[in-house]
Amino acid sequence: MQATSDEALIARIAGGDQLAMQVLFGRHQVRVYRFILRLVRNPATAEELLSEVFLEVWRQAAKFEGRSAVTTWMLGMARLMALSTFRHREEQLDEGAAEQIEDRSDTPEIDLAKRDKAAVMRECMTRLSAEHREIIDLVYYHEKSVRECSDIIGIPEATVKTRMFYARQKLGELLKERGIDRGWP
Amino acid sequence: MKDEIEKLLPWHAVDALSRAEARQIQEALANDPELARRFEMVRDEYGENVLLNESLGAPSGQAAQKLFAKINAEPVRNKPLSLQLGTRFSDFLASFSPRTLAWSAGAAALAIVLQAGVIGGFLIKTGGTAGFETASAPSSDTGTVALIRFAPQASASDITQFLDDNKLQIVTGPMPGGIYRVRISATKLSKDDLAAAVRKLEGNKVVSLVATSQ
Repeated sequence: MQATSDEALIARIAGGDQLAMQVLFGRHQVRVYRFILRLVRNPATAEELLSEVFLEVWRQAAKFEGRSAVTTWMLGMARLMALSTFRHREEQLDEGAAEQIEDRSDTPEIDLAKRDKAAVMRECMTRLSAEHREIIDLVYYHEKSVRECSDIIGIPEATVKTRMFYARQKLGELLKERGIDRGWP
Repeated sequence: MKDEIEKLLPWHAVDALSRAEARQIQEALANDPELARRFEMVRDEYGENVLLNESLGAPSGQAAQKLFAKINAEPVRNKPLSLQLGTRFSDFLASFSPRTLAWSAGAAALAIVLQAGVIGGFLIKTGGTAGFETASAPSSDTGTVALIRFAPQASASDITQFLDDNKLQIVTGPMPGGIYRVRISATKLSKDDLAAAVRKLEGNKVVSLVATSQ
């Protein structure tokens, strides 16, 4: 059975079809939520932003031009909203610093993640800076291409590649600090 | 050149490169053991990142409730009064597995329960299976209109077939609770004919609820 494309759902949402909205929400809510959660690190805030993102989808559907995938469009909106919230809460930090500071504090995930190499890697992924968490999630979890990452983050494609490279390099350094030397970097 | 290929390894792992790029990387991996070793690192990272994200859980049902409450508070948009049967509806429904249909209904679970309760209440009051009035506004549609909710386990083809067989036309919907306003006759049916028509529709496993608004 052929699934209705996201683009077709958006066209119907533009016409006020709530069933299409329910389908789109059901299809993507978990991934969008997780993307936001990894950025804001607060489930309640993430849920609030999730409904705001999809409300914007409802409102802006008629303006969607199909230049990118629907998920790319939604993740771009989610990112802006998450960043806006993040900045609002971290007013004492300048924009660049807020994105680049690594989080050394424990998170709920870390409590579970100290048993083996794989768990340590997941722990280290939670300790990356927001900028690095974001690019790693977009590529590995959301499976976005270089161009889609560029669209979502709003940086050149060359910078996307470099940022991913440095994020992985940083991950390697964090692993090394925990006694796991992969021989790279 | 090697640096550029190494930078693309994560996208190769998730199969998000062009065919030409992927081929180029496959060749490089075949000829460079160190690069191949690093690609294995990338694959490890990929797997662990997916696990990490999957461990984050999912949003609660409140997110959906809040969203659709906000949507319902938005200004009403103009939309066609009727949707034609056939390809469009069939294609649309084609996306819904029974599970998806069930979920979609679940997204407005509270509304469904409440509305089902209201409609059920009317059913009990009237003591029959047809001819009761709902709390919805009187219909201005021509002909005879019924309110129908499809069974979650009904497949797209089941629903399309049901609509075709009974010469039904979706007028609008879904309303809260996944209920559709469906034209069951082009003319206004008598009370007895309406009751008979509703009984016939109710006997079909595709629907979970049939009610009239007249």
